[in-house]
Amino acid sequence: MAQLICRDVVLGYEGKAVVQHLNFEVNQGDYLCIVGENGSGKSTLIKALLQLKKPMAGEILSGDGLEADGIGYLPQQTIVQRDFPASVQEIVRSGCLGRFGWRPFYGKAEKAVAEENMEKLGITHLAKRCYRELSGGQQQRVLLARALCATKYMLLLDEPVAGLDPVAIQEMYDLLERLNQEEKITIIMVSHDIRAALTYASHILHISEEPLFFGTKEDYLKSEIGRSYLSVTGGKRHA
Amino acid sequence: MLEMLMMYFQYPFVRYAMLVGVLIALSSSLLGVSLVLKRFSFIGDGLSHVAFGAMAIATVLDVASDTMVVLPITILSAILLLHTGQNAKLKGDAVIAMISVGALALGYLFLNLFSKSANLTGDVCSTLFGSTAILTLSLLDVWLCVVMSILVLLIFTFFYHRIFAVTFDETFAKATGMKVNRYNLLIAIVTASVIVLAMKLVGSLLISALIIFPALSSMRLFKSFYGVILSSAVCSVFCAFFGILLSILASTPVGATIVCMNILVFALCSLLGACLKRG
Repeated sequence: MAQLICRDVVLGYEGKAVVQHLNFEVNQGDYLCIVGENGSGKSTLIKALLQLKKPMAGEILSGDGLEADGIGYLPQQTIVQRDFPASVQEIVRSGCLGRFGWRPFYGKAEKAVAEENMEKLGITHLAKRCYRELSGGQQQRVLLARALCATKYMLLLDEPVAGLDPVAIQEMYDLLERLNQEEKITIIMVSHDIRAALTYASHILHISEEPLFFGTKEDYLKSEIGRSYLSVTGGKRHA
Repeated sequence: MLEMLMMYFQYPFVRYAMLVGVLIALSSSLLGVSLVLKRFSFIGDGLSHVAFGAMAIATVLDVASDTMVVLPITILSAILLLHTGQNAKLKGDAVIAMISVGALALGYLFLNLFSKSANLTGDVCSTLFGSTAILTLSLLDVWLCVVMSILVLLIFTFFYHRIFAVTFDETFAKATGMKVNRYNLLIAIVTASVIVLAMKLVGSLLISALIIFPALSSMRLFKSFYGVILSSAVCSVFCAFFGILLSILASTPVGATIVCMNILVFALCSLLGACLKRG
């Protein structure tokens, strides 16, 4: 069974549909990029996948070991966080909160998970540093480590490279690729960066009022919508 | 000077004032960090005005314990304010401004129309600035304050990590399955309670200072959430303790003296923070 299945889902605000007839499924180890113009309902879709928003119709099912709250989420950064006094360790550990019930403090297990994920993302040496003093790329790694604390299976990323410099962007993509290939973590990424999407993704979902395309990257490149979107955005295939 | 203090501390009401002052300072500083970081400082301010209005009603009704009237009204407003804050149609800050000014006006009007007190201006002044209220605490008030402070401390310790998560990143907390709205509600209710208690100490106009200053001072110096929380508690207790001592010695108004101590500490922390950054 797939990890995530959307069946004829309709999403919208206050009774007005933004996206309709959404049908797709995500299997373990997939790397799905969601592309589309601004206002096409990408962030609404993210909220629905995280179960923060009920679809107006249709259903979103999860399976294959993926619990409802088992998605690790990397949100876009908010202004509040830019000057928040918090150490890297505090932030990464807070990713474990979702699954430890009513206990007030972290146990050995949670601390170990946090440690392991900081190691994985190469930020162990930053553990005691203040979040707001880090570079943009480092901050994203911290938030990614936190997301990994919340999941073993699936990462959902909302514009993960927005506002990063080119070097940090490349590092971020390499990191995601490694997690996807070595740890078999499923990745769903909303992105404006169509070129990167075509380089790294295994599947593409192109949404608008109606979903315009869902399928593998190869098919997307052959499809009419794929080619016209690429010519508009000036994207070139790198892979 | 020491003798003079000893003499004052023989009176139970002075000891009560000290105890209550320190406890209130402690609870408000803990909350303050979260409120400031969530950009909710204004809610504290708005609620304090609501508390003034409620206090006026309590005075007019002539009930045995003001707190029993003021507390529920303020908590209710806190819940309402929090909900409007999330509602995109009504702008949160405008609503807060509306409610707080409205409550202030209504309260003053009620007092003028119905109060039997001979010294109306004095009453209003002490509710707004807390000048003598703290020295007239009943034993019931003292116990209420002790119990509430312990409750705030317990809640804060128990939910510490969750409060951190909700403050730092609501969306992420929601996505991992935390009931974020419940924690926001909890924070609002506790804030309302602390404000009602603090009204006795510094008066309703100066409460925001107790909530905001220790957090802001600590944020100049410390870089982890834990550090900021601890330092803010220490700062606040320090200011309250010496503020009260000073006000006894110099016979200045208690609330204003404590707030001035806080301003002083803030200035020192800013200076120190700037030096550390450069050095």
